[in-house]
Amino acid sequence: MTRKQIVLIGVLLVIACALPFVVSNYRTFQFTLVMVYATALLGLNILTGYNGQISLGHGAFYALGAYCAAVLMDQAGAPYWATIPAAAAVCLVAGFLFGLPALRLEGLYLALATFALGVAMPQLLKYDHFAKWTGGVQGIVIAKPEAPLGLPLNPDQWLYFFTLAVTLVMFLLAWNLLRGRIGRALVAIRDQHIAAEAMGVNNAIYKSLAFGVSAMYTGVAGALSAIAIQYVAPDSFNIFVSIVFVVGIVVGGLASISGALYGALFIQFVPNIADEISKAAPWAIFGIFMIGFVYLMPTGVAGAVRLLLARRKS
Amino acid sequence: MEALLHQILAGLATGGIYASLALALVMIYQATHLVNFAQGEMAMFTTYIAWSLVNAGMPYWAAFFITIVFAFAMGVLIERIIIRPVEDAPVLAVVVVFIALLVILNSVAGWIYTYTIKSFPSPFPKDAFVATKYMSPHEMGAIGITLVVLLLLFAFFRFTPLGLAMRAAAQNPQSSRLVGIRVGWMLALGWGLAAAVGAVAGMMVAPIVYLDPNMMGGILLYAFAGALLGGIDSPGGAVVGGFAVGVLENVLGAFVIGNELKLPMALVLIIGVLLVRPSGFFGKVHVTRV
Repeated sequence: MTRKQIVLIGVLLVIACALPFVVSNYRTFQFTLVMVYATALLGLNILTGYNGQISLGHGAFYALGAYCAAVLMDQAGAPYWATIPAAAAVCLVAGFLFGLPALRLEGLYLALATFALGVAMPQLLKYDHFAKWTGGVQGIVIAKPEAPLGLPLNPDQWLYFFTLAVTLVMFLLAWNLLRGRIGRALVAIRDQHIAAEAMGVNNAIYKSLAFGVSAMYTGVAGALSAIAIQYVAPDSFNIFVSIVFVVGIVVGGLASISGALYGALFIQFVPNIADEISKAAPWAIFGIFMIGFVYLMPTGVAGAVRLLLARRKS
Repeated sequence: MEALLHQILAGLATGGIYASLALALVMIYQATHLVNFAQGEMAMFTTYIAWSLVNAGMPYWAAFFITIVFAFAMGVLIERIIIRPVEDAPVLAVVVVFIALLVILNSVAGWIYTYTIKSFPSPFPKDAFVATKYMSPHEMGAIGITLVVLLLLFAFFRFTPLGLAMRAAAQNPQSSRLVGIRVGWMLALGWGLAAAVGAVAGMMVAPIVYLDPNMMGGILLYAFAGALLGGIDSPGGAVVGGFAVGVLENVLGAFVIGNELKLPMALVLIIGVLLVRPSGFFGKVHVTRV
C-alpha cells in the first residue's frame, strides 16, 4: 500500500466512526446493512471475481448464516457475538462441500446448479421437520443486543460499531488472502486453469477452498444481518437475494476489494430512492444497471475509479 | 394403486408444460450454447399479454394465437438487441445479461399488472367428454396442446428448408454462412420460436398455478432439470426429460418426500445429473481438446 492509500483508509475510518453520531438511527441502521452487504459481496467476489466460478445461489449461504445465528440465539441462548464464528464455521464447511461437486461444473452449468440452490433454499427452510428449530414459515424473532460495559451508545449505534469491527476484520483477512500466493493461484485458475495446473497449482483444492471461504464470508454477513434485522424468515431469502449479490459485484467491480463497498452502497441506497416511483422500480433499475455495466463498464465502479486515478497521474 | 395412477397422470400434465419449457431452453442452447435463465420470465410476461387480451373481451383462441405471435416477435427482438452484443463475451457477462433480463421482465410485469395473483381462464370446458376421474379436461388439453406443438416443431425442423437452414446454422455457423444462410437471423428466429413455445407453456400452466410475476421460478427449475435429464443438446431428450420430471415430481411429492421438498428435489436432480451423467440420457458426450 502506498502512503496515500493508508491516509485515505484512515480518513475513511474516521468518517465511519463519526457517522452514527451525526445521522439518524434509521440511517445508522442502513449503513450497518451496507457493511453487511459489503461482507457478502466480498465473499461472492472471491469466488466469482477472483476465481471465476459463477454463483447465482449465494443467497443460500447468506440464509444459512442468518439461520445459524438465529437458531443459536433462539434455541441455545447463545450470545449474539458468539454466533458469528459459528455461522462462519458452518458456512465454510457447507460451502466447501458444495464446492466439491461444483468442481466438475464449469461456467453455465455451475451457474445453473447454484441457481437451483438459490431457488430451492426457501423451501428447505420451510421444511416441516426442521420447523422445531427454524420456526417454519413464521421464521424466528430475536432480541436486539444492547451496548455492553455501559457504553453510552444506543442499540443501533452499538450494532453499527459491532458490524464495523467484524467487517474490518473480514476485509483485512480478504486483503491478506488475495494479495499473496493463494490470491495469485485463484486468479491463475480463473484465467488459465490448465496453465495453472501445469505450474503446480492444485485446481481442485483451491477451487473448493474458494467456494468454502466465499460461503464463509457470505454466511458471516447473513449472521450479521439476522442480528441487525432481528428477524429471519424463509421468504426473505428467495432467489432475488442471490441476484442482488450478483448485481452488487457487477456494479461494484469484479475482482476488486473496494468494489464490494461500492456495490453494497448501490444495492442499499438505489432501491430506497427508486422505491418512491414504484414497488417494481428498484428491480427494473437493477436489471438496466446490470446490462449497462456489462456493455459499457465491465470493470464496474472500482474499475472506473482506477481508470480516473491513472489518468490523473499521467 | 388408483392414487398412484392419478398422480402419474397429473404428473404427465405438468410434465408436458415442463417439456415445452425444456424444449425452449434446448432450442436456444443448441443455437447459441447458452442457457436462457430468462426463459421462464419471458413465458410469464407473454402469459400476461394473453390475460390482457382475454380480459379485453377477445375470444380465448384468438388471444392464444396473437400471444404466440407477440412472443415470437419479443424473442427475435431480445436476441437482436440484447443478446447479440454479448454473444462472444465471457460466460459471466452472458449470465449476468440473462439474469438482468429475468429481473427486468419480472419487474415490468409487476409494474404493469401489480403483484396480486390473478386467475387465468382455461380454454377447455369443465364437463368435456374426455374428462375422466383421473384427469381434468384442462390437464388432458394441456397434454394435447403440448404434443401438437412438439409435432409442429418436429415437422418444421425436419421437413422445411427454413428448419434445415436453422439446424445448419446451429451446427456449423461458418459453413452455413458460406452456403448463403444468414446465421444471425437464424439465431434470432430460434429465439423467437423458443419464446413462442414458452408462451404456450405459460398459457397452459397459468390456469393451474395462477398468474403472478413469480409464477415461473419453480417451473423453470423443473424445466432445467428436464432439459438436463434428457440431455441439454437433445430436443427429443428434453421432451422425455420434461415428462419424466413432471411424473417424478408428482409421485415423489405425494408419496415419498412431501410437497415442501419438491423444489429441493429438482436441485438434487440437477446436481445429480450434472455429476453422474452431464450429457443426460440422450445428449452427445462432448470431448474438448486441450
